[in-house]
Amino acid sequence: MTPVAVMVGANRIVSAAGIIHPLGSADLSPDDEKALRRRIVEQALQALRTEVAKPTVFTGE
Amino acid sequence: MALRVVSFLNQFFGQIGGEEKAGVGPHAVEGAVGAARAVQEALGGAGTVVRTVICGDNYAAEHADRAITELVALVAAAKPDLLVAGPAFLAGRYGVACGALCAAVQAELKIPAVTGMHAENPGVELYRRRVYTVETGAEATRMLAEVKRLVAFGLKLARGEAVGTPAAEGYFARGVTRNVVAGAIAADRAVAMLLDKLAGRPVASEVPRPAFSPVPAPRLVKTLEGATIALVTDGGLVPRGNPDAIEALNATRYGAYSIEGKSSLDAAQYDNPHRGYDTTWVKQDPHRLVPVDVARELEQAGTIGKLHETVYSTVGVATTLAHSARMGREIAEKLKEAGVDAVILTST
Repeated sequence: MTPVAVMVGANRIVSAAGIIHPLGSADLSPDDEKALRRRIVEQALQALRTEVAKPTVFTGE
Repeated sequence: MALRVVSFLNQFFGQIGGEEKAGVGPHAVEGAVGAARAVQEALGGAGTVVRTVICGDNYAAEHADRAITELVALVAAAKPDLLVAGPAFLAGRYGVACGALCAAVQAELKIPAVTGMHAENPGVELYRRRVYTVETGAEATRMLAEVKRLVAFGLKLARGEAVGTPAAEGYFARGVTRNVVAGAIAADRAVAMLLDKLAGRPVASEVPRPAFSPVPAPRLVKTLEGATIALVTDGGLVPRGNPDAIEALNATRYGAYSIEGKSSLDAAQYDNPHRGYDTTWVKQDPHRLVPVDVARELEQAGTIGKLHETVYSTVGVATTLAHSARMGREIAEKLKEAGVDAVILTST
């Protein structure tokens, strides 16, 4: 859904783990799932302290 | 029969004076003065400007309610068939006053009204849905030609004649959908459109997409270690029982839910009415939608200054742009009041 976020003008966008569980994954063990969630939240925090001038998708690379 | 027309002008176009006279209150002059003479010229024999109503820009902006009440009374006393306000071009205070007066005259006096202004005049966004607003240039350099268009359109309204589309008539779209009989079936029109596109000819969609105005990107002025971060979602997290009765789709409401003292969310205490995706997995574990567990750990580790104790949530599916914008504005105001510095909004 990140193209929609770009279209409507959200400025800092982090691509997450999917529509049905953006911050998790039922396929992973509980520990791995939480680690995944932590990575996405940390990426969001990193995006928050990054200056942007237009809608930007942060991919974590 | 010649129509009776009232012209509304600001102090500048009413030839009272410039910015130094912007505080002048509403008053009326019989006949056409200042720019109203262009309105009279455009009317020709079709009508007479019986009165020019004038108000200073600052008076109209600073005492908006009172100014409009007074101006409506001055318009009503002339018993007109039509109000022509402006054109205001790119003059913001003037444009807002024109829109407000036209809206009030239509609603209270049941008299047709028309105004004109530049696309970027704030009066356009505020009033175009209620008031026919003819598009003009930014400056008065082509005054008479533009007043002629304005008046010709106003005469249509006053005579009760059929009004064409915004593109045909040159007014700003009011957001009205009207059924029309097309010359060909949709498949034919779509193929014709595709052929035009392939051939590089101009193509106009029959379904204009909503325009999203750019949102300036704010800068986080604090370090993360000193910042208060809030969690917001449009993924439908609600406490069990959905106490705010947030709709399953087309939401008009949102909830504010405390996470004070919680290091994690207990799935048994939450529910999810969202009907735009399969909520099985986020009901099993609400953190898959709202990461309170991880955010608390980051708070305790000092990575972020503080996790805001209220989570805001709504259902984002088939939600109208108007309701989304309103809810977003309200939530943002509450977060700002609470001293929140940044938001992580999780979306499905």
